[in-house]
Amino acid sequence: MISYLVFAGTIAGFYALLSLGLVTAWGQGGLVNLGLVGFVGLGAYTSALLSGAGFPIWIDWIAAAVVSAAVGVALCFVVRNLRGDYLAIVTLGFAEILRLAETNEKWLTKGSDGISGIVAPLKSDLGESFPFFYLIMTWTLVGIVAFLLGCLLRSPFGRALRAVRDDEQIAAVAGKSVLRLKLQAFGIGAALSGLAGALYAHFTSYIAPDVFIVQLTIYIFLAVTVGGQTRLAGAVVGSIALVALLEASRFIAAAIPGLDAVQIASLREFAIALTLILVMQLRPEGAFRMTNERSGLSASRAASESCYGKRAIVDDAT
Amino acid sequence: MTTTGSLLEVSDIRASFGGVRALDGASFSVEAGTITGLIGPNGAGKTTIFNCISGLVDGFSGAVRFDGADIARARPEVVSRSGLVRSFQLARGCPLMTVFEHLMLYGPRQVGEGVFRALASPGAVRRQEEELRERSYAIAERLRLDHVLDNLVTALSGGQKKLLEIGRVLLAEPKMVLLDEPMAGVNPTLVGEIAEQLAAIGESGVTILLIEHEMELIERLCDDVIVMAEGKFLTRGAFDEVTGDRRVQECYLGVQLQ
Repeated sequence: MISYLVFAGTIAGFYALLSLGLVTAWGQGGLVNLGLVGFVGLGAYTSALLSGAGFPIWIDWIAAAVVSAAVGVALCFVVRNLRGDYLAIVTLGFAEILRLAETNEKWLTKGSDGISGIVAPLKSDLGESFPFFYLIMTWTLVGIVAFLLGCLLRSPFGRALRAVRDDEQIAAVAGKSVLRLKLQAFGIGAALSGLAGALYAHFTSYIAPDVFIVQLTIYIFLAVTVGGQTRLAGAVVGSIALVALLEASRFIAAAIPGLDAVQIASLREFAIALTLILVMQLRPEGAFRMTNERSGLSASRAASESCYGKRAIVDDAT
Repeated sequence: MTTTGSLLEVSDIRASFGGVRALDGASFSVEAGTITGLIGPNGAGKTTIFNCISGLVDGFSGAVRFDGADIARARPEVVSRSGLVRSFQLARGCPLMTVFEHLMLYGPRQVGEGVFRALASPGAVRRQEEELRERSYAIAERLRLDHVLDNLVTALSGGQKKLLEIGRVLLAEPKMVLLDEPMAGVNPTLVGEIAEQLAAIGESGVTILLIEHEMELIERLCDDVIVMAEGKFLTRGAFDEVTGDRRVQECYLGVQLQ
């Protein structure tokens, strides 16, 4: 049971990384990336292939993030004039193209057989405690990423990005490079997806094209929606809730008599769909509401300013 | 057309949208340090020419020179960074941002807007943010927006939104501002206040080009008035001169005067 929970917790960590990326690109930047899973696959394959070629694991992981980010930025540049639904369709198609390439380019990816025996870091040294190590490592990474993104989104970068999301013309007239901000936000999301994919590949030691299907993208959108589109904390909480829901549905379905394995699997998707509908109906803003979004420094100052008159500025000057 | 003191020069701007000729060879120039009014009946192409100058529309022909540089069909952020900043006729804003954030957004040359700099040089970013904050407070105070700094833009009255439009344009430290109907929809009690603000901005050395239907304001503020009609430059001069011009009266009334 412990090892099952550790496994689920590690998966939740991967989802959290993906959700953090989605909050940045979609929640804060307004870029609907329905091709999320494509970048997960890209990162996973990049890392697995490099590791197979004998590169050390840390290089594989960095390369996974960099390759995904580069491809993400390139895609975002190509579709720079698309917004909303149109961007969603193109990115969705892009992920499918990547998956088909992974299936058919057998010389590189071994096709639908997948790549197995991907080396896990320190597995032979750690033995039984390896899953714990991986859990802690993954969540440490989640913590670092969340912290850095928090700094970034409270900085002038975050402010400009939100302006682009809300009104591109306002942002442009304010002198912001709309395209550059979009590329950066999309790139960050893609990099985190690639990193999560690489972590996944080395954790399970096996990847195949059918691991990277659109369901995963939907899951992450659900996690982010449940948590609150624009909130980093929401992304993390939403990911944990998502894994809890996915795993709980496994037990609940097993407890219902007269269901065969296929029906149990579909029940899981049903639970996801139902949750998404309920969240949108009952609390569309998610667990963490969209609050007044302010950039770092100004936040407390602006608040104290309104409470205590001009004092805050005076204090600051002295 | 070229005069030595002209800061903004547009010549022979032509633009059509869906077969409608919005601008039909409009040309004029604006002298540095003046407040110039841009008037004309509805549909004369005033806002369209603002859109062309500020880079929001690039499907036009003709030349736009600002401060000696060719800015025709440049991207809006490039125009803005060159010191030419516009406001919008319908006060717009990012609905989830506070008034304060809006002002801060318009701060020019922010180092913290690059991903790398934002994380790698927090000191420089903080210093600039502090400076920007002081300026935001000062401008908010001047425009009497200081008590609503924490409000979302959507919670402001029409007049306050207009004041915010002016405020954030000022934060960009412009050489010249294009103001699109700063009085439209403003409570009459605020009109005098906005007029004073604009006069003060003009005195501070910022060149203003102003679209406005409120003739009283044009008369009070503008050194020079440009009249446009049917996508073309019609005439220019002092307020009394142009309003006394028969062609101007005709285009406003849409009839031949007897």
